[in-house]
Amino acid sequence: MKGKISSFVVAGGKQIELVVQDDQCKPELATNAATKLVSDGAKVVIGHICSGATKAALPIYTEAKVMVISPSATNPELTQSGQYPTFFRTIASDDAQAKLGVDFAIGKLGAKKIAVLHDKGDYGKGYAEFAKKFIEEGGKAQIVLFEGITPGAVDYSAVVQKIRQSGADTVMFGGYHPEASKLVSQIKKKRIEVHFISDDGVKDDTFIKVAGKDAEGVYASGPKDVSGLALNKQAIEAHKAMFGTDPGAFFDSAYAAMLAAVNAVAKAGSTDFDAMAKVMRSEKVDTPVGTIKFDARGDAEGVGFSMYRVQNGKYVEMK
Amino acid sequence: MDVQYFFELFLSGLTRGSIYALIAIGYTMVYGIIELINFAHGEIYMIGAFTGLIVAGILGTMGFPLPAILVLAVLVSMIYCAGYGYTIEKIAYKPLRQAGRLSPLISAIGMSLFLQNYVILVQTSDFVPFPSLIPEFAFLEPIAHIFASSDFLIVVVSAVLMAGLTLFIKYTKMGKAMRATAQNRKMAMLLGVDADRVISVTFIIGSALAAVGGVLIASHVGMVNFAVGFLAGIKAFTAAVLGGIGSLPGAMLGGLFLGLSESFGAGYISSDYEDVFAFSLLVIFLIFRPSGIMGKAKVEKV
Repeated sequence: MKGKISSFVVAGGKQIELVVQDDQCKPELATNAATKLVSDGAKVVIGHICSGATKAALPIYTEAKVMVISPSATNPELTQSGQYPTFFRTIASDDAQAKLGVDFAIGKLGAKKIAVLHDKGDYGKGYAEFAKKFIEEGGKAQIVLFEGITPGAVDYSAVVQKIRQSGADTVMFGGYHPEASKLVSQIKKKRIEVHFISDDGVKDDTFIKVAGKDAEGVYASGPKDVSGLALNKQAIEAHKAMFGTDPGAFFDSAYAAMLAAVNAVAKAGSTDFDAMAKVMRSEKVDTPVGTIKFDARGDAEGVGFSMYRVQNGKYVEMK
Repeated sequence: MDVQYFFELFLSGLTRGSIYALIAIGYTMVYGIIELINFAHGEIYMIGAFTGLIVAGILGTMGFPLPAILVLAVLVSMIYCAGYGYTIEKIAYKPLRQAGRLSPLISAIGMSLFLQNYVILVQTSDFVPFPSLIPEFAFLEPIAHIFASSDFLIVVVSAVLMAGLTLFIKYTKMGKAMRATAQNRKMAMLLGVDADRVISVTFIIGSALAAVGGVLIASHVGMVNFAVGFLAGIKAFTAAVLGGIGSLPGAMLGGLFLGLSESFGAGYISSDYEDVFAFSLLVIFLIFRPSGIMGKAKVEKV
């Protein structure tokens, strides 16, 4: 792919020229690619793909004031550190689920005392730690318990008693469905009334199957369902028509990044970063991942996760 | 100190401990008689749970009442697992009885893996819901929030089974033969004890008890999976070592000790370190008393 150049015309009368570089997901190659792109005069970069490579390349783009839109780099720091003002992304960051869970617990369920549990794994513990951070930063609720549980243990009644003892009104759990279903059924069995909120690892039909009626009322976040969007179907059809195959991972978000970039250039009428960034942050764009615009830090609003609730044996998206 | 919280943790430790004890008996009996750590024992427990699930499913569709389903599921899975235990011994351990200590140990590990994969193939690798077979006892309603019917049943059934087993070993002819074989197999054989039969009976009893545990616990936690036997087996084995491997009351005490210490450790310190806690205790204990709580210091047989 290296050095392959093609061009096409877009709305607004501007010519767009593609300059393609491959960083192989390696930070050391990413800096080379970035330097090459900047010296070739690229004004907008769609990429990079991996968080590590993106992080390595960003200082170069920041210095040159080149707009970067990644379809796939999910590391929270990329937007939250504030170090990379030219960075945007069309995918939710790793902490998005925890943020959604905390906002939901406090805003919608009125949680005051939250017990945060996790399964000690990377995914679950990451979720729990972000949740803890957001709860503490928000200052509206209190963390009454923060604990790891042992996956596969014969029972969790000691932890469940601890939840009761802590006086929690809400339990947030980071982990997967086997532990979650044991936890919810033991919580029910011990007659403890709490809200149970969890992550994508629990938003799985097996959870409902295994936990049965104890699953009713459990909340879990999961990716927004975008497969029904007209633009999404259209983009996939177009890809099939052109390449004869189904699109790969991150197709939706990469397509969205491209549409956002084209819109920014067209509306701004120039490739000046400040003018484009203003459009990115104020104008909504229809994309295959939904109608999006970007917040001050560069994360896409309207992208990412929804809260689901188990109702009558099914996960129902909460609007 | 909050007395009620202490009590809650005590009861949850008691339930957990009874589970460990019930499985630990299988390890300790086998070790007592042929000095083999039967690593496939945890898998017998898992197969017990699966058998219970299948039986409960069939009887459930036939419209049997709940207590009958529970009793039948337990009985069928006891018989089924007893068959497994018996067969495993004949296939995997008996041919290796003269082969030194490591060969049967490897054979046991192989058996454990074999059984797990066998269940994956013929059943599923997914988590499967287990119906709640244990009825809600009305008299427990006032304390159901700290000690549910299933906790109660697990503790009571374990206690009854262990008492029964103790009496069996103490007073029956087979029990006497088992004790004799455990003390000195060669001598027992010279005196007319059929050691092969004793060993078979040991496997049958241990497996049947594991099956009871499997069904009750699966019903208690509401799910079963091919891997549930692994951790339960490791913990029960720890309990058996803690209590003094080879000793029956030791296995019970070890199980309870382990269950309670995990429960209190999780409750008062942190469940992050639940396993660390259990195994640290084991290490510390064995430094000061290598033969376990009830174990006798071993005299090398010459």
